[in-house]
Amino acid sequence: MSAETAIAEGATSPDLLGPIPGGGEAQLTVEHLTMRFGGLVAIDDVSFQAADARITAIIGPNGAGKTTVFNCLTGFYKPTVGRLALHHPKGEFLLERIEGFRTAQAAGVARTFQNIRLFPRMTVLENLIVAQHNKLMRASGYTVLGLFGLKRYREAEEKAVELARYWLDRTLLTKAADQEAGNLPYGDQRRLEVARAMCTEPVLLCLDEPAAGLNPRESQVLNELLLFIRDEHKMGILLIEHDMSVVMGISDHIVVLDYGRKISDGTPEQVRNDPAVIRAYLGEDEEDEPAGETAAGPESAAREGEERDA
Amino acid sequence: MAATTGTAPAVQPLDRQAMLKEAGATGLVIFALAFGLLGFRTLDVPGGIDIQYRFGDVAAAVVIGILGRIALILLREHRPLPVLLTTAPLAVVLLVMLLAKFLFGPETGAELMRFLPFESLVVMWAILIVIVVLALRAARSQTHIASEMTVEDRDARMDRIGAKVQRAARRLGPVLLGIAIIFPFLPFADRRLLDIGILVVTYIMLGWGLNIVVGLAGLLDLGYVAFYAVGAYSFALLATGLDVSFWVALPFAGLMAASAGVLLGFPVLRLRGDYLAIVTLGFGEMIRIILLNWYEFTNGPDGISGIPRPSFFGLAVFKRSVTEGHTFHEMFGLQFTPIHRIIFMFYLILALALVVNLFTMRIRKLPVGRAWEALREDETACRSLGINPRNTKLTAFGIGAMFAGFAGSFFATRQGFISPESFVFTESAVILAIVVLGGFGSQIGVVIAAVLLIGLPEFFRELQQYRMLAFGMAMVLIMLWRPAGLLAHREPTIRLFGKGAAKEAEP
Repeated sequence: MSAETAIAEGATSPDLLGPIPGGGEAQLTVEHLTMRFGGLVAIDDVSFQAADARITAIIGPNGAGKTTVFNCLTGFYKPTVGRLALHHPKGEFLLERIEGFRTAQAAGVARTFQNIRLFPRMTVLENLIVAQHNKLMRASGYTVLGLFGLKRYREAEEKAVELARYWLDRTLLTKAADQEAGNLPYGDQRRLEVARAMCTEPVLLCLDEPAAGLNPRESQVLNELLLFIRDEHKMGILLIEHDMSVVMGISDHIVVLDYGRKISDGTPEQVRNDPAVIRAYLGEDEEDEPAGETAAGPESAAREGEERDA
Repeated sequence: MAATTGTAPAVQPLDRQAMLKEAGATGLVIFALAFGLLGFRTLDVPGGIDIQYRFGDVAAAVVIGILGRIALILLREHRPLPVLLTTAPLAVVLLVMLLAKFLFGPETGAELMRFLPFESLVVMWAILIVIVVLALRAARSQTHIASEMTVEDRDARMDRIGAKVQRAARRLGPVLLGIAIIFPFLPFADRRLLDIGILVVTYIMLGWGLNIVVGLAGLLDLGYVAFYAVGAYSFALLATGLDVSFWVALPFAGLMAASAGVLLGFPVLRLRGDYLAIVTLGFGEMIRIILLNWYEFTNGPDGISGIPRPSFFGLAVFKRSVTEGHTFHEMFGLQFTPIHRIIFMFYLILALALVVNLFTMRIRKLPVGRAWEALREDETACRSLGINPRNTKLTAFGIGAMFAGFAGSFFATRQGFISPESFVFTESAVILAIVVLGGFGSQIGVVIAAVLLIGLPEFFRELQQYRMLAFGMAMVLIMLWRPAGLLAHREPTIRLFGKGAAKEAEP
């Protein structure tokens, strides 16, 4: 059954029957997601669920379609086929119908980027204030009231700074608050991007390779931050990551993609022992891979940027 | 030769052959350029045209070029002494010769000046400046050889200067404003100076307006003058056709220009950088050509004349006598003089410009202003934060255009006559140059740049033919040394620790 007909018939994907690996209530349900660019099928009929207050990792070799899944979820692409249902406190949002900036504005899906996208010439604090744009825009009476320096806007801005301060403290960036974001060390920039996403007060946080380029100590700090967000804020986190120490260390649930198809779905333990995953990362036995590459293991599996995905 | 400098660290032996080759190449290039440009000159003679041959000038140019190149090579190879020893006396000699008229009286002066290689005094002064610069550089590297500044050092230093000026601007701003306010009553403020003042303030206002679009929102707009034109024509047509007064027509003209801005904004929403610049350039030309060809409506190339002057807030007019209503001088019991109107105009444009400035300072600290800056930095990230890029860009275009519209109305009422000729691309380029030269987003930078680019050339009208040359040269130098503008230092819109902490943190 093709994804199109499956969606048309309203059939639930067999992948979605049964409880979510890693536990929790379903927050995001992805059904029959397919994305084609002309003749190229970047994602082919992928279905999975992500639970709230759990960390769901999407992993896979380069070009597997991970970032494309993210772009569909966050409104950067409109999926060719598929239903992306987000269970939001305000009701259910169908993300495939929401496009562009509204995904973040209305549905509360925040994301970070594989190649850091901060506002480099603005200060760290300003980055976090810009993230609260929509809230402040309403408070400033869409600029008109703010121009006259109304108290309501000043209070809203103070609150925004408080929220920013909270996340600065959490991401150990308080001291750097008045520095230009572009001058921060790489690891700080990564954490600032997470803080900025959190300042939009999202319901679902999508992180695209947050640990890329971090040293072991920095990725340990990041792990703690993500666990804090999950446990204290009960927030669902969707994570693309190549760094297996991060993925295996903090994920509750792992979805493995390869060539745009889902090849495995389960707890870290299940995925680690899944022959399909080992095949995708280490190659087939009969293909006679050179020994060196096999020894490298999934940890080092291709850190370079996914041009095809981006 | 290296031994003469003494302190020079490991000076490489001089490769004379390479040096002569390089200098020769320079001479060849200059010869190729100068042969055509300098070598011949057409003269109007009775009954036709004649050619004057100036091969002496060509030779002089080539020799000066070669010598200059050699001096530069020596400086590069850390041998400043010979350069210093030749350029310093040369500079003195040249200076004496140029000033001979004043030093030794006109006759000896004229005698001495005959020895100068070029006839044109401006060229000689330019050469003198080059020689002095060379001498100063040589003297500098002679005294402290190792202190070659790297590009980063220089940038950092310039940025610190920019930051200092901006900090000083907080105190300097009110002082400048005070000067501007008392300016019309200063004893030397005659009509010509006031006119220059009005012109400069008009361009300051336009620069501040364009700064919103280019400096804050990062949308390179090469057709800004189109909105200026829309404002001017809206005002002129309303005032002459429907007899609407200045104070009623002004907001309407701003509104029309803002609509034009939004109208332009829509199709170019997806364009960035160069592409956006080209479309806005085209838009600017379109507006001008429409104004030129829509004869029934805009009176085409004949322009609109008889645009009424603004009244004193509708209470009195600036005329010697009127049949009804009041005149300004009678109202205040003054002697009639036409300068009253000029002074009023000056205050009018000053007030308009201040509105733009206050607005910009305010809006920078509002969500829209921050969103503009964020959009300039990264549009994709903005979308991921739920910022509506379309509305944000359109507000920037609209507000920037509105201020141009106000300035346009002022221009129309000041001139009393407008035609499409006033709104050519060069105007856009000058306004953009003011913003670029001053430093994107810098308010005080725009003031300084407007004074430099508009005020100074007005004073030196005598050197008109060299004006554009100097203008171009200044732009090239800025691009080389300070690509972000003279005072490109961005002051954060909000701080967590206040200003004091920031200063402590700085080394």
